[in-house]
Amino acid sequence: MEHFISLFVRSIFVDNMIFAFFLGMCSYLAVSKNVKTALGLGLAVIFVLCVTLPVNYLLYTKVLGPNCLVEGVDLSFLSFILFIAVIAGIVQLVEMVVEKFSPSLYASLGIFLPLIAVNCAIMGASLFMQQRITMSPDSTQYIGGVSDCLAYALGSGLGWLLAIVGLAAIREKLSYNAAPAALKGLGLTFITVGLMAMAFMCFSGLKI
Amino acid sequence: MKALRNFLDKVKPNFEEGGKLSAFRSVFDGFETFLFVPNTVSKSGTHIHDTIDSKRVMSFVVIALIPALLFGMYNVGYQNYLVAGTLDQASFMEVFCYGFLAVLPKIIVSYLVGLGIEFTVAQWKHEEIQEGFLVSGMLIPLIVPIECPLWIIAVATAFAVIFAKEIFGGTGYNIFNVALITRAFLFFAYPTKMSGDSVWIAKESIFGLGNDLANGTVDGFTGATALGQVATGSTTTVTDALGNPVGLNDMIVGLMPGSIGETSVIAIMIGAVILLVSGVANWRTMISVFVGGALTAFLFNAIGSETNQVWNLDWMEHLCVGGFCFGAVFMATDPVTSPRTNCGKYIFGFLIGVVAIIIRCMNPGYPEGMMLAILLMNLFAALIDHCFVQRNINKRLNRLNNK
Repeated sequence: MEHFISLFVRSIFVDNMIFAFFLGMCSYLAVSKNVKTALGLGLAVIFVLCVTLPVNYLLYTKVLGPNCLVEGVDLSFLSFILFIAVIAGIVQLVEMVVEKFSPSLYASLGIFLPLIAVNCAIMGASLFMQQRITMSPDSTQYIGGVSDCLAYALGSGLGWLLAIVGLAAIREKLSYNAAPAALKGLGLTFITVGLMAMAFMCFSGLKI
Repeated sequence: MKALRNFLDKVKPNFEEGGKLSAFRSVFDGFETFLFVPNTVSKSGTHIHDTIDSKRVMSFVVIALIPALLFGMYNVGYQNYLVAGTLDQASFMEVFCYGFLAVLPKIIVSYLVGLGIEFTVAQWKHEEIQEGFLVSGMLIPLIVPIECPLWIIAVATAFAVIFAKEIFGGTGYNIFNVALITRAFLFFAYPTKMSGDSVWIAKESIFGLGNDLANGTVDGFTGATALGQVATGSTTTVTDALGNPVGLNDMIVGLMPGSIGETSVIAIMIGAVILLVSGVANWRTMISVFVGGALTAFLFNAIGSETNQVWNLDWMEHLCVGGFCFGAVFMATDPVTSPRTNCGKYIFGFLIGVVAIIIRCMNPGYPEGMMLAILLMNLFAALIDHCFVQRNINKRLNRLNNK
């Protein structure tokens, strides 16, 4: 249980997908113009992470890992392509669900919902998970089961949501400022994200 | 006064459009409005008639900082004489003058660099000079260690003024507190100059005042801050530079190693009273920072830890040591980077206190958590505001619909 909580909290703050690894930047910068859309995308990312990570975990440990299917055969070189296939499939599913139940969110997310399929944060989480399986069980980063996977997915997703919603609120405020014309928009956003990452450094090295 | 006004009126035409010195119009304008309340009247739009403007507000903050500054100067001298063992022979004026001479270059460098950039940008954008740096320029020397070299203060100030303020449109538009960005930049770029045991006590004699401690003539002193000692030590007992234990009273008076302005709780509280009475700072933020910090520290006390003594440091002492008071009074209350809504201010302040103590207790890399906690909450200030504004909108919509 302790490990479960530690993994969850660490993945929100210490191993934050945006501020520690700068993953998922494309949709992070593009969909953070207002809080409502950002919240929608953040929730979609959490959902996709929570579904894909356990599936990929099972795929890796039961099928692809060393000595899983056939003794002496290691299929883990297939993990990249299969992880992507799983993620793409699940994103399609999410897209259909969102279109059915919340057309306004679907319209405002636009192209970025399908783009979750290639969101580096999602793929990154799966690959980190694969790396963490091989770590020693004493490590704070070790993932040793579906529940650990869920904690990690939920935490990473929440961290991403927090980052994008925070940036969206700042950008709503920034739209009223008197910045130099050349910097308005994306340029200023990049600098803001840099400063935000600096503020988030207070968590690097946190011991939980 | 009259003579000054006449002189300004006489030279004014030189700075007008087409005058000889029109390139320095904004500089002249800055000085004129600093000395006299401007008499220009806005011709359009709604406006409130009030003698207070942002220059007066900034002046109040600078006045509130003066007790901490003067005490910091005395403390710099005090630490130097204490370590050298010559405190008994030195007069009060000697000690103070030494500290004054040690701190003055930092103030000059910070103002020179910061105001230089402000003046240049104002001239370039054809605007009036913005006055925000009056406060930041005073805060920056107060939150660095005394042994911090001047050139890195210059670099960090330039970085913060350009990248945390001017780029966002200048005073009033910045997302992060400029002085804190300066300190964070220094902290991450030059960690050896900003933390550790050797940077908190002035080591060189200046103009014959003070004692030269650099070349090993004096040994057997530790220059670590209270939090630094607790974080690396095995007890919660804090000692002064000579190894004598200090109690809560000494922490409140503040004659101990630390950043220049942050050590004395009394001097900071005088500043807090000035800020609150003049209405410049908001009491909601200030109080809730202390409440958040006290509750969290109390919680850590209750849990306790055998390996990490910071957990066991009494909650009262947690609030008195390090930059907690200084941050709560002067940094967290910055009206630009804290939330605008009143409910938001409570949450903002509370979370600053909580995060600061969590960083102190759980992050061995940063014994001092206040700076990063405030920066982190600056990041979320806009979000907190958004939530409360949205809540109010929804409430009123409901009321309207239910009518």
